Amino acid sequence: MLYFSKLRIISVIVFTVIFSYFAFSNFVKFDDRFFSKNINLGLDLQGGSYLLLEIDNRPVITQKLQAKIIELKRYFKEKEITLKNFSLKDDTILFETIDKEFENVKNILNDRESDVNTYYPTYKSHEFDVIEDGNLFSLNYSRYGLVLLKNSSLDQAIEIVRRRVDEVGTNEPNILKRGNDRILVELPGLDDPNRIKSLLGKTANLTFQFISQNNEESFGTEKLSFEDGSRDAIVSKRIILSGDNLVDAKPTMNSQTNETVVSFSLDRVGAKKFGKATSTGVGKQLAIVLDGKIISAPSVREPIIGGSGQISGDFTFQSATDLALLLRSGALPAPLNIIEERTVGPDLGQDSIDAGILSLFIGFLLVILFMIYKYRAFGLIANLALISNLFLLIGILTLFEATLTLPGIAGIILTVGMAVDANVLIFERIKEETKNEKNPIIAFDAGYTKSRTTILDANITTLIAAFILFFMGSGPVKGFSVTLGVGILTTLFSVYFIARLLTSLYVVKNKDKEKLL
Amino acid sequence: MRNISFNKFYRKFNILSLLLIVISLVFLIFKGLNYGVDFKGGTLIELRTSDKTNNISLIRDSFNQMNLGDVSVKKFGNETDFIVKFEMQNSNDPEFIKNIQNKLSSSIGDVDFRRVENVGPKVSSELLKSGIIAISLSLAAMLLYIWIRFEWQFSLGAILAIFHDVIITLGIFSIFSLEINLSIVAAVLTIVGYSMNDTVVIFDRVRENLRKYSDIKIFDLTNISINETLSRTIITSVTTLLALLSIYLFGGEILKGFSLAMILGVIFGTYSSIYIANPILVALNVSQRTIVKEEKD
Repeated sequence: MLYFSKLRIISVIVFTVIFSYFAFSNFVKFDDRFFSKNINLGLDLQGGSYLLLEIDNRPVITQKLQAKIIELKRYFKEKEITLKNFSLKDDTILFETIDKEFENVKNILNDRESDVNTYYPTYKSHEFDVIEDGNLFSLNYSRYGLVLLKNSSLDQAIEIVRRRVDEVGTNEPNILKRGNDRILVELPGLDDPNRIKSLLGKTANLTFQFISQNNEESFGTEKLSFEDGSRDAIVSKRIILSGDNLVDAKPTMNSQTNETVVSFSLDRVGAKKFGKATSTGVGKQLAIVLDGKIISAPSVREPIIGGSGQISGDFTFQSATDLALLLRSGALPAPLNIIEERTVGPDLGQDSIDAGILSLFIGFLLVILFMIYKYRAFGLIANLALISNLFLLIGILTLFEATLTLPGIAGIILTVGMAVDANVLIFERIKEETKNEKNPIIAFDAGYTKSRTTILDANITTLIAAFILFFMGSGPVKGFSVTLGVGILTTLFSVYFIARLLTSLYVVKNKDKEKLL
Repeated sequence: MRNISFNKFYRKFNILSLLLIVISLVFLIFKGLNYGVDFKGGTLIELRTSDKTNNISLIRDSFNQMNLGDVSVKKFGNETDFIVKFEMQNSNDPEFIKNIQNKLSSSIGDVDFRRVENVGPKVSSELLKSGIIAISLSLAAMLLYIWIRFEWQFSLGAILAIFHDVIITLGIFSIFSLEINLSIVAAVLTIVGYSMNDTVVIFDRVRENLRKYSDIKIFDLTNISINETLSRTIITSVTTLLALLSIYLFGGEILKGFSLAMILGVIFGTYSSIYIANPILVALNVSQRTIVKEEKD
């Protein structure tokens, strides 16, 4: 066990030097891409925001079901099949048919080639589950139909979220899907997440609707309140134009009124629609509605045919900028709720780094002094192994650009404390062996061999805990499991290669001494 | 090698442990744990005031005026730093935190929100669930590992020792109303690993000695094994505790709970390896035949 070949010695040294080099590259600037790797600091250390958003899909489901009803009506009308009493209740479409058509309708809905109820061979399921009761049919989304709907709404939402975050221009944002209705947004270095939060909290559904002449709410109109909450208005449900037709929006100054407004331009279809509506509606009030609230309702003085216009509404420059940004990035398919937020200010992050490094330094020093006190020369060997262990650990974390969190730093300190365990096990075993064995080389050899299974057992148990933590934990805690797990591997390396190499050199040189350990 | 008669006190310490476990369980069942926002949901704000005259009651009063429900305010390290917690959490209103900050600034002067954690009820129950799953899973994995490596009598001893450590550590958190958050789950998992580690070292020696001496009864054999591994047990506990103490004292407020849980865990883990795991081998009357039979299979 004490014999090392030249090749082995060289590879141990090379390996250690390379990783120590990566450890140091955190503190030195290199031009070369490969060598200038850095440990990523977690949001708790560099400051920033972690936002978990959840899509509220209920409005999407209702919308899709309403569209489905229209589709079904049209489809069966073309086939000249009578369906009646359509209704929508608890996310279920209900309708009735007449006796002689019953089988026919049932077959169409359950057909694998069905045009109105798509069949997904991969899931072995239709989009809708169909239940018949007498002549009454009820359709609701099948499990997979719902999954597909959620996925597509998530895909759309994540795109919009990305656009909005990019527009604000933060430092390397991280936007990820979580499950089928959640989006994780990480915004490193962001001091104040309030602006992004309010931007992400808006669906940004923009519509232009005429204000009704009638003062009573009736079929085809709805009552909406103004943004500032001052009053309500009865608005026609007919949507003249929606945000989908917008190609650009920006905040500008209206030179006549000296007011900040949002100017927008429309695509060709939008311009045509807008021109037509404003031509017929001269004199009427046009409500500009955002997420169910009227921003303003200017009167149409003349037809607007150029395909561009302005939205006014008591904007500050900031609010006009934000509205323009929302309109440019498009509407979310459904509202997003922020269900988890964790924000750390940059100065707290720096404080945590300082405290972490201080405690690492002190912990390290205490352990080193204790080991020298206990084992003298061998304590020094264990300490050298410990130092290279620390370099290896930081080097590996750097090479893989792992994310270091505050609990991660705690994991490193803990590794320092526990890493000496393996060397202690070996040294204590050697001490026992020297009692019966006078030849130190044989005693040392035996010490290494006999302690090996124990060391493996002991480290595997901690590794198991680290693994489980890695797969179950989130955020900062995950960082802890990474340093703990990698720390065990580097500990084993430093004990079995570095410390053993140094021990063997020392023992071979001093084999004639009375008491080695 | 020292020769301390650990085995003389097996019974006494077992009674003590049993007592501690019962007390812990009583507290865990009737008082419960003080869950932080991670597991209970709600809002946590770490704030720093610019005005040194601000104190806890002043801050509490300002928060109480905002109708946020039950508000708890605690000092956090520095003179000017406070932790404020309340159960209200509003995911529908993105301006929620901003409004609080504005109101607070107007009543007690400039405040800096150094940290904000806002966890919805759905997320917190998920985090709690995954925390419990993580701990159960790691216990199961340890059980499986030790079952493969040792005979069942040893597995039982090791697992009971781990339960002992986890229950008492959580019991202490319950008694002193210390906060349970995500990092405490990480600490508990590490305690599980550490306690196992410690027990395995002694058990390895017990097994080795069982092979070596056929004429020594398990009662004395465990004592020999404990003594043979004692210096290692002490040295490793000391270095680990030194590192943890350094985190506790210098690592900042955020790591205090985590390092405290770990310190308790290491102390109880070391104790239980000697006084829980070994007496169980004695109680199960483990002998040379236990391991020889197993090895023949």
